[in-house]
Amino acid sequence: MTASIEQPQEGKIIPVINNFSKWPWWALAIGLAALVIIYNFITNQSYNDAISYIGTGVITTIRVTLTAYSMALVGGLILGLGRVSKNVLYYNIATFYVELMRGIPMLVIILYGAFVVVPVGLNILTTLGNWLIGISFLAGVGQALTQLDIQKIDMSGRAIAGLAMGYAAFEAEVFRAGIQSIDKGQMEAARSLGMNYVQAMRFVILPQALRRVLPPLGNDLIAILKDSSLISALAVNDITQLGKKFRARSFSSFEAYNTMAFLYLTMTISLSMLVKFIERKTSRGR
Amino acid sequence: MAANSDNVIITIENVTKNFGKSHALRGVTTNVKKGEVLMIIGPSGSGKSTLLRCINMLELPDTGSIVVDGISVMEKKTNINAVRAEVGMVFQQFNLFPHLSVLENIVLAQKVVRKRSTAEAEKVARQQLQHVGIPEKADAYPNELSGGQQQRVAIARALAMNPRIMLFDEPTSALDPEMIKEVLDVMVSLAKEGMTMVVVSHEMGFAKAAANRIVFMDQGKIVEEGSPVDFFTNPKSDRTKAFLSKIL
Repeated sequence: MTASIEQPQEGKIIPVINNFSKWPWWALAIGLAALVIIYNFITNQSYNDAISYIGTGVITTIRVTLTAYSMALVGGLILGLGRVSKNVLYYNIATFYVELMRGIPMLVIILYGAFVVVPVGLNILTTLGNWLIGISFLAGVGQALTQLDIQKIDMSGRAIAGLAMGYAAFEAEVFRAGIQSIDKGQMEAARSLGMNYVQAMRFVILPQALRRVLPPLGNDLIAILKDSSLISALAVNDITQLGKKFRARSFSSFEAYNTMAFLYLTMTISLSMLVKFIERKTSRGR
Repeated sequence: MAANSDNVIITIENVTKNFGKSHALRGVTTNVKKGEVLMIIGPSGSGKSTLLRCINMLELPDTGSIVVDGISVMEKKTNINAVRAEVGMVFQQFNLFPHLSVLENIVLAQKVVRKRSTAEAEKVARQQLQHVGIPEKADAYPNELSGGQQQRVAIARALAMNPRIMLFDEPTSALDPEMIKEVLDVMVSLAKEGMTMVVVSHEMGFAKAAANRIVFMDQGKIVEEGSPVDFFTNPKSDRTKAFLSKIL
């Protein structure tokens, strides 16, 4: 038996095979596929048509994604603090919202946001505005609120509202987990120095929690980018909607969908590399 | 404030505290005079840490009363943070803020709670680091320090708030034996400076060097109390004798 333990060191073939089998073949395959598609964009007329038509949707996709994501982060932080709050009302409202949103498909949330929440919310705001005009020093605010018009909020704005509503619930759970992962002694030490709850959260707990949740927040950025394709249901001209349109008028399904997949993959893979980079950096830190 | 006439700074009267079905404290009465060093010893689960945590309101007693520096801990109107700013606490696990440097650890609460300027807070922080003997570690991060150094920073952090009372919750229990002395030395010098201290610990060296009074707790009650000499050489109750025979 002792001899067999030494065997791997004698046979030098084994490490070579191991290295070879550890190659990132999948990445190579994706890279190759990308090269083939890029080659087609340059040389093949119908691919060229596809990319120049669908490519204009990239800006919309990125704009919708980043806006909705920022809003989801803010909403998620507020909800996440509610999820760890000892205030019964705050905790219950946050938990109610999170449980509700996590149980509804994203597409339904987007439709709901676009056709129910945004119009109803605007109605409430304009009613409030009319009421405020009567109060002398708030008349300006009231005037501004009555000027709000559903026509001025285009479908991409409504789509952003829906995506942000849904993702706020996911980010809330990320923040909650991050806050709860910080040792209880940190809060006790901060409180014993005389800080109140808000100060302890802001200066001691959140800075540590945020560092810890950077990787899951990054993953959710990738997820919301992919889910942004659902806004094509509202006829917003993002990558997916333009791809569908291109296929409908040219009947070149293969070109249309390959181009769409290529555009999404380019963005998601770059983002995931960025997330891994940040993850490595933060795990090395203090 | 009436209690101040005989220099009592902490009054603890008939305090009880339950965690679910377990009775952590069942009627504890004692008080601490200004400048006194009170040491609480007892087996684990005897309620000594709970008593300490009640003094700065990390736990709220169920019944009884605790008055710290003239302020009743039990009253709803009491501003908890005002009491805590006067009572420094040092924990077994140090609980330094890992995302802040040593200096920032000591500066933070001074700025946020005491509303000191950055320059003033840093000046106090450096003085306190000098006080605990590690001025050169101001810019280090907690994870770069040994356990003993971390605990000394924790003491400096509490002292920087100019507390009137210092609480120590098993400050040396998480330390390697060779680091215990450096922390105890700081505590002994603090006691000699006249700081009022309540210390939960089993360090007999500290008891002999600095304690004015020893309280022995078991099962949520004070079994015996007395001066260190009396307590160690001449314990009265059998429970105390049994305990001392195990730790000495």
